Amino acid sequence: MLAFLIRRLGQSALVVALMATIVFFGVNVVGDPVDMLVAPDADQAERARVIADFGLDKPMIEQFYLFLKGAVHGDLGTSFIFGEPATELILQRLPATMELAISALLIALVFGIPLGVYAGIKPEAISSRLIMAASIFGFSLPTFWVGIMLIMFFAVQLGWLPSTGRGDTATFLGIESSFFTLDGLSHLALPAFNLALLKMSLVIRLSRAGTREVMQQDFIKFARAKGLSFAHIVRVHLLKNILIPVVTVLGLEFGSLIAFSVVTESIFAWPGMGKLLIDAILQLDRPIIVAYLMIIVVLFVTINLIVDILYSLLDPRVALSEKNS
Amino acid sequence: MKNRFAAAAVVSVLLTGTALAEDLTIGLASEPTALDPHYHNLTTNTAFSRHIFDALIGQNEVQGLIPGLAVSWKPLDDNTWEIKLREGVKFHDGTDFNADDVIFSFERAPDVPNSPSSFAPYASGKTFKKIDDYTLHIVTPSPSPLVPNEISQIAIISDSIKDTSTTADFNSGKAAIGTGPFKFKSFVPGDHIEVSANADYWGDKPIWDNVTFKPITSGPSRVAALFAGDVDLIAGVPTSDIESLKRGAGDRFNVWQGSSNRVIYLHLDQFRENSPFVKAMDGSDIKNPLLDQRVRKALSKAVRRDAIVKRVMEGVAIPAGQVLPEGFFGVSDKLEVEPYDLEGAKALLAEAGYGDGFQLTVHGPNDRYINDAKIAEALGQMFTRLGLKTSVETMPRSVYFSRASSGGEGGLPEFSLVLLGWGAGSGEASSPLKSLIHTYDKEKGYGAANRGRYSNPEVDALIEKALATVDDAARQELLAKATEMAIEDLAIIPLHFQVNTWATRKGLKYLPRTDEFTVAMGVTKE
Repeated sequence: MLAFLIRRLGQSALVVALMATIVFFGVNVVGDPVDMLVAPDADQAERARVIADFGLDKPMIEQFYLFLKGAVHGDLGTSFIFGEPATELILQRLPATMELAISALLIALVFGIPLGVYAGIKPEAISSRLIMAASIFGFSLPTFWVGIMLIMFFAVQLGWLPSTGRGDTATFLGIESSFFTLDGLSHLALPAFNLALLKMSLVIRLSRAGTREVMQQDFIKFARAKGLSFAHIVRVHLLKNILIPVVTVLGLEFGSLIAFSVVTESIFAWPGMGKLLIDAILQLDRPIIVAYLMIIVVLFVTINLIVDILYSLLDPRVALSEKNS
Repeated sequence: MKNRFAAAAVVSVLLTGTALAEDLTIGLASEPTALDPHYHNLTTNTAFSRHIFDALIGQNEVQGLIPGLAVSWKPLDDNTWEIKLREGVKFHDGTDFNADDVIFSFERAPDVPNSPSSFAPYASGKTFKKIDDYTLHIVTPSPSPLVPNEISQIAIISDSIKDTSTTADFNSGKAAIGTGPFKFKSFVPGDHIEVSANADYWGDKPIWDNVTFKPITSGPSRVAALFAGDVDLIAGVPTSDIESLKRGAGDRFNVWQGSSNRVIYLHLDQFRENSPFVKAMDGSDIKNPLLDQRVRKALSKAVRRDAIVKRVMEGVAIPAGQVLPEGFFGVSDKLEVEPYDLEGAKALLAEAGYGDGFQLTVHGPNDRYINDAKIAEALGQMFTRLGLKTSVETMPRSVYFSRASSGGEGGLPEFSLVLLGWGAGSGEASSPLKSLIHTYDKEKGYGAANRGRYSNPEVDALIEKALATVDDAARQELLAKATEMAIEDLAIIPLHFQVNTWATRKGLKYLPRTDEFTVAMGVTKE
């Protein structure tokens, strides 16, 4: 287990270092932020001041060296637009995004797994076919469109839920979140559902496929022959076996929920990291883009690490084979 | 009768006294990058800062100068302006406003650390002399008629915050202490900014007790938020939604439109013998036809401005014949919008020796001005009709502007014909003339946005003379003359003036502003 961990950590560090290089140079060859920053009616002297102040006149290699030097100390640069440390700005918005991603994940699991298992157990039933058809919509309808439709229906037509923004937050057990207020939850409902839709469809399809496969297995037949109740079989024998692919995929997908909630956050004016990123891209706020991507890289690497460890807990064969090799 | 009026007055006073707090929620298209009024010279920031801070001189809805913290201003001689300050004004923290605050503000404004675009162009070159607590002299090294316009851009902050005045302190509210009609209440970046009425305001008392600004950058979501009743006013209504707001839901909403100070225009390569995006019909190099005034005139005549306004802009624009709409200072009353005349345009092309046409690429942004990419496409079709082999290329502004200003060889503008816009922040014609039409001159700081590198010594001389003429009537004359010469010479081809659209729920009015500001002070009840 320890050797496995060390090796994985080494690989992770390599990935982070490589990504730092690619991201830095990739972001720095696009456009010229000065034109995005300086007021159009500024004169040449003011332009020159901004270029010098932000170190954009230095050779690229020197800029990269300065970036690395800062990164080692945990400083990923200062936002051009906001004038504050990029990491701080992103982390400030992390709770809002996490809240959105976690609720989306929960919605996807709570609705997805039962629906998928049901569709897998009774593949021929009309209700199952309906579920599968709906999941195709979940996959194929563009998020921004569904988002607007949700707003039009639940906020404009019915007036049940607020259209945009994040609601009141409250602090519970040291965590400040809109989970703990009614206003917060009502603001969270639509964006979370919108973000969950695609993942829910994914979970439905995964659990259905898993269920159909597992239900054919001998141990299920054996359990039935033993006279165990159907509910018990599903709970203990079926769920345990279909959860591995679901956990793997959702582990990866959770990263993408956090990293790419951009569209949902823009549509619902959710003050999360995604909105910060899209604004930074539009305005070429390089330090934010770089810091964001670095944070996401670290996040993905960490999640994968955790998934690998979870794997070995859920399926002892994984850890065993690592030991043998 | 008199009694009845008195009774009604008493009743209404009682009613307003007992009425619940009047709150207003505004959906903004973009969010201020900081609450520090000196941090970033950006329309959104300046617009928001006007709630908490005043400037010495204010700008009304058509950018006319009005007294702010200064009650009067006048030139003593060519190089000196005398400013009389308003007495009895208090900052939100209760301290008195006087000349020291002004001097402190002008010291800080050009020099805020990490500023992405500072106020130095407005604040520098001015020496402030305190005569007494409420009188100041501003001395400039050369005659500067624009001093009142320039100081109208600088917010006045309290000198009591001296030691703590970092941008972060303004964002946290600690230093956000001004004299403005509203006081800082809270700021959650990306989510909302709240201000509350300043009951002791020296000017018109705000009619809203609390105002919340919500940045909703996505256009459809902004409209939906208004539909849902979550906001009372939205800025930047997408052109495609204006009709439905006006018609379909006309009983529930009001739409407010007003011309802006932003002209959409074309810059043409007027400095290269070989322009990179102009070729002969067979693709070989030719001498740049855009150097010929007749070719530029032909292009201008080939543009159907009314069609662009009607079809592309869905009626929400005004055809342009010069750099600012009528009513602004320095505008010429002689210039007309170039009428569409395809035959005349073809004749001019033939006369210039390009009767067979040439290849031309129109470059434009696709996320900067209202419907910019569609305008570029329409232009492509119009120039094709003129007999040019036209292609159109649009790109995101983050790439476009740097290429259009300095993407070519030797840091020169890269393109041959570019679609651009210009908002005159100063509210008069010297701003576009100085930046777009004057010869590119690094030393003097002129022509910084002259992406066609048009250069005409006569026009330059007129502009420079205007910028050194303190007498208003004479300056107006010079600016109008410079505009006329530049337009006749087609330094730029003006297309249209943008019209901005706001929408409110029924029962509210918004006073459209040419500077595109969205401010709670402009919202009144119907």
